[in-house]
Amino acid sequence: MIKFDRVTKRYADGTVAVDDLSLEVPTGEITVFVGPSGCGKTTSLRMINRMIDATEGQILLDGVDVKTIDPPTLRRGIGYVIQQAGLFPHRKIVDNVATVPYLLGWDRKKARDRAMELLERVGLDLKMADRYPFQLSGGQQQRVGVARALAADPPVLLMDEPFSAVDPIVRTSLQEELLRLQAELNKTIVFVTHDIDEAIKLGDRVAVLRVGGRLAQLADPPTLLARPADDFVREFLGRDRGIRRLSFVSDEGLRLRADLTVSVSADVSTVRGADESWLAVVDGENRPLGWASVKDLPETGTLADVRLAPYGTFVRGRDSLRGALDAALLSPSGSAIAVDEEGRAEGVATREALDEALGKVAGGVGA
Amino acid sequence: MHEEPLVRWDWIGRNWPSIQVLLEDHVVMALVPIVIGLLVALPLGLAGVRWRWLYQPTVGVMNVIYSLPSLAVFIVLIPVTGLATRTTVMVPLTFYAMAVLIPAVVDGLTSVPDHVRQSAVAMGFTPLRRLLQVELPIAVPVVLAGLRVAAVSSISLVSVGALVGRGGLGYLFIDGWQRQFYTPIIVGIVLVVVLAAIADLLLVLAQRLLTPWSRARGAA
Repeated sequence: MIKFDRVTKRYADGTVAVDDLSLEVPTGEITVFVGPSGCGKTTSLRMINRMIDATEGQILLDGVDVKTIDPPTLRRGIGYVIQQAGLFPHRKIVDNVATVPYLLGWDRKKARDRAMELLERVGLDLKMADRYPFQLSGGQQQRVGVARALAADPPVLLMDEPFSAVDPIVRTSLQEELLRLQAELNKTIVFVTHDIDEAIKLGDRVAVLRVGGRLAQLADPPTLLARPADDFVREFLGRDRGIRRLSFVSDEGLRLRADLTVSVSADVSTVRGADESWLAVVDGENRPLGWASVKDLPETGTLADVRLAPYGTFVRGRDSLRGALDAALLSPSGSAIAVDEEGRAEGVATREALDEALGKVAGGVGA
Repeated sequence: MHEEPLVRWDWIGRNWPSIQVLLEDHVVMALVPIVIGLLVALPLGLAGVRWRWLYQPTVGVMNVIYSLPSLAVFIVLIPVTGLATRTTVMVPLTFYAMAVLIPAVVDGLTSVPDHVRQSAVAMGFTPLRRLLQVELPIAVPVVLAGLRVAAVSSISLVSVGALVGRGGLGYLFIDGWQRQFYTPIIVGIVLVVVLAAIADLLLVLAQRLLTPWSRARGAA
């Protein structure tokens, strides 16, 4: 656990970067520091590994004041990922990753073996190992940066806007990669970003800081979205707060109607009397094929003869209520097809069912 | 009466042993200042990066020295270091080399990107290790570029020493001019140019070997 105890950073010219910050970063969780520029988020991060020293207060790492630890020793025990990766241009990728093991005096073979293992772990082709940083794309460099931070298996990882210099598609894949890695590794991660969406996506807990280095709110993402502490946090969270909060609401409670899915081999006469105007048509393996409009059914034949409209699905149990709602909005019927992890239809979430689930959530969305 | 040929090969043949001696003298007087200049420029350049206020005065002094005509400096030095000695020639050349190399070292070190330096700090490098393993290696391409300039100018400047009795291949220019005999002058020019080309080539090769990571290589 990392504990900030009344930490203040004041520069010689009187500027206060961090003002009386007290918070705890729980072990094995991702805590995101987020806020506009000048809110002291990076300063706070760098005080943990003493790249910046606090003026007042204490930062405790598992109960030990970091100021009592010699900085190079402290830093070798804490992984660090910087924006633009900060790779050493004159060293091969494998040696970049092995940086901290080398500093710790591991023998070369062991350090390189460990580096190769990590390159694989962050999803890099091992052919990259003998290349130099300039031969890699920005996204690949950032993966190397993450591998390097993990090389000596530190319990704590500091990440300073690591994904903000890459394009949105690469950023999304790096974020997902980080969550996947974290599920395996359970590191104590402090992640700094100015992007609230990134904070909400990655954080187990999010600390919103305001300009002048004061903590505005520390909460898990659903709470943050539901109950922002004040106008500053509300404004910083931006629009669509209610919709975004649905990402954290499970779709488990959604009532499904199995009777609205029909096999493609069914005769049109058997479904003509349905009480809904659209039916989800599935193949022999129960995979969705599309929507059939009941009023446009032909006189005879099976559903295979019917022109089907494109459909929206959500993966039950994995997607959130937001996913279900999104799928419904993409369907001509206004309903969403629920599928299991294998893509087999479990039933249809109708507008009534979605309405009912949203109704339960709505009470929780304050202010 | 027949026309005197531009190059008298028989003269070259007869005088080759003494040309060789001049050549050797030239190489020593050109290279020693480069090596000493580099050894002095490294700590001074480091100091100039560490204490920025030092840098401008240092460069200022070096530029003034660089602007002094070499012949004048040779003459001033004669009472101290002797007429026709290697030292008289090498002292000013060392200062010229420093004038080129100090800014090269400073530029090289400041070419290290800030995020690279910061990540070295964050990984737990001590300041000395950071300098030796990160900052200096990254400064190498810029320092080598300075070294190429210094080497070529040093090789060419040695010749001026001939006016104070010690100029390596420069002696051939004086000799040829006094006798209105072109062969030694041409031999001198060719050898100086070849020396400079060889030195430059070796430094380019050194750069390729030392900095396979350098992006500039692909562009050059």
